[in-house]
Amino acid sequence: MKKVLKSDGFQSLIASLICVILGLFIGYIVLLIINPEGAFEAILAIIKNFLFYPSGPARMKYFGATLVKTAPLVMCSLSILFAYKVGLFNIGVAGQYCAGIGASIYCALALNLPWYFCLLAAVVAGGILGTASGMLKAYCNVNEVISGIMLNWICLYTVNGVLKNVKEPSSPYTYNIANKNTKALLPNLGLDKLFGNNKYVTIAIPLAIVVAIVVMIILDKTKIGYELKATGLNKNAAKYAGIKEKKNIIISLAISGGVAGAGAAFYYLTGVEQWMCTSSAVPNMGFNGIASAFLGALNPIGTLISSFFIQHITNGGGYVDKTVYCSQISDLISSIIIYLCGFVLFFKTIMKKAGGAKK
Amino acid sequence: MILLIQYTLIFASVLILVALGGCVSEHSGIINLGLEGEMVFGALGGALAMKYLSPDSSAIVIIVVSVACAVIAGMLSSALLAVACINFKADQTIVGTALNMLAVAAATVIVKAINTAENPDNVSSEISYVQEKKAFIENINGFEFSWFMPVTVVMLIMIAVLLYKTRTGLRLMACGEFPQAAASVGINVFKMRWLGVLLSGALGGFGGLVYITAGVSQWKFENGVAGFGFLAIAVMIFGQWKPKHIAWAAVIFGMFRALSNVYTGFNFLVALHIPSAIYNMLPYVVSLLVLALTSKRSRAPKAEGIPYDKGMR
Repeated sequence: MKKVLKSDGFQSLIASLICVILGLFIGYIVLLIINPEGAFEAILAIIKNFLFYPSGPARMKYFGATLVKTAPLVMCSLSILFAYKVGLFNIGVAGQYCAGIGASIYCALALNLPWYFCLLAAVVAGGILGTASGMLKAYCNVNEVISGIMLNWICLYTVNGVLKNVKEPSSPYTYNIANKNTKALLPNLGLDKLFGNNKYVTIAIPLAIVVAIVVMIILDKTKIGYELKATGLNKNAAKYAGIKEKKNIIISLAISGGVAGAGAAFYYLTGVEQWMCTSSAVPNMGFNGIASAFLGALNPIGTLISSFFIQHITNGGGYVDKTVYCSQISDLISSIIIYLCGFVLFFKTIMKKAGGAKK
Repeated sequence: MILLIQYTLIFASVLILVALGGCVSEHSGIINLGLEGEMVFGALGGALAMKYLSPDSSAIVIIVVSVACAVIAGMLSSALLAVACINFKADQTIVGTALNMLAVAAATVIVKAINTAENPDNVSSEISYVQEKKAFIENINGFEFSWFMPVTVVMLIMIAVLLYKTRTGLRLMACGEFPQAAASVGINVFKMRWLGVLLSGALGGFGGLVYITAGVSQWKFENGVAGFGFLAIAVMIFGQWKPKHIAWAAVIFGMFRALSNVYTGFNFLVALHIPSAIYNMLPYVVSLLVLALTSKRSRAPKAEGIPYDKGMR
């Protein structure tokens, strides 16, 4: 028992839980300030999300709706996590996700390709953007955060421009993939039946879990994973040991970008959402990925849980009383949670001290 | 042409103010990636001040009160970064990013709450300040001169003097180069870093206010400040962490940013039929190229980004 209490994994779990509870608590206080009546119902609605519905099938349907959005979030946070293991903070994940959207929708609508090619195109597009960031970091010493942000904006305007070609004539949205090219939709394999006939539940969800496991295996069990982590721990020591640190920086950001791109395809190829060609900011999905990666203590399995949680409260934000509150309250809660994740080291030190005192 | 100069100068002012903020903070040893968020908070503070001031107040009152509110809001938000990064040794990149997200989410929630409370049908995140904004601007033969332009020049000189000519400034810079050595001669590293971050918050907040009054009279807080804080960081790197260089870099970047606003006024640019998306992404493309070319021989403060640890050698 003592061993469990002292293990790093357990302490990470406790630290993450502290972040979540504090985050929700601060969110509740904000709701109280906006309007004390109904604040409790509002925070309850956020926490309940799909449990809001009384009947079983409706619950399953909206549980599915949360999962549909969790799949891309898992991919984005895996992308952050993978780069972070190499000591890189890939904030460009939002742009890489955006590139994935552009590539997959264009392939689906303009080129009429089947879904696996669209998915591949998204991976390649995200990967190229990641590689660009990596090259700038490795050869030109440009901080990956700055280049990532710049590429996010460049990518947003490019995707807006490219997808204008496959836009509905009367609205700023792209055509619905379901009406134009059903081959491009991800297959369901009967999963939709499980979730109250939610047709957007596709193989994206199991695939995201598979990717999480693959990422874990790559990082923990392979030579390349070992080299990447060594580069992250100490770039100079890794170089001294004969590891090509520049190559590793580029590879890790390329993989990271590819994962984010795939995440975009996992979401947009279900047909659940269309891209708005006048978007003025990259989708929030990438930034939420940062929240869930750190909340999941940078562990692929932890990420699966934390991604679900973040998406759960984000969707839950949709159920608050809109005449008094706004749904962005959940964005506020997730950003508070990331801020608190900065204190994780501090929480852990306290726990270690407390553990030592008991002995 | 006048329009281009006007926009270039006002955008350059924003970039100078915010980049100086980044410069002060980095010289003290803290990478302030939260500048974008501090701008949003500053903009929110200033916009709310303008919203609640009566439009009949004299110009000077409007200017002083809204600038003060923006500066205080920026400083308060930077205190969040300072506590986490200086006292709790948190990862500066994560906290900075968290601050940026927090700023946009908090500003949206606050503005929407205010708008909905006033009118339940109004769910937008927009504040408008058409009348109050006029206090900042003098119209000289079609050229909209903003009082923020000379103020920026004054701030630029003040920061340059502070950093290079005063005891505090030199001590602050020592904390960004080799904090342990600074501590060994009795400088309080924590205090210096707090000073650096708070100053950067004040400048960032001020910059945020200038940005939302540049050419527009209402602001939608859902959009944050569209990456301007990061552009300012790029300006700072291009300016090699030196105030004078930062000023020139800001003018160049400001011009590219201004082009996307006013290119329709130039017949030869319109004749080229370049899509507007290209003009929109131009500042970011240019900054990326410039960074790629200049970052190799970077003169960044040596200890930036590393939490201060007394025992470390």
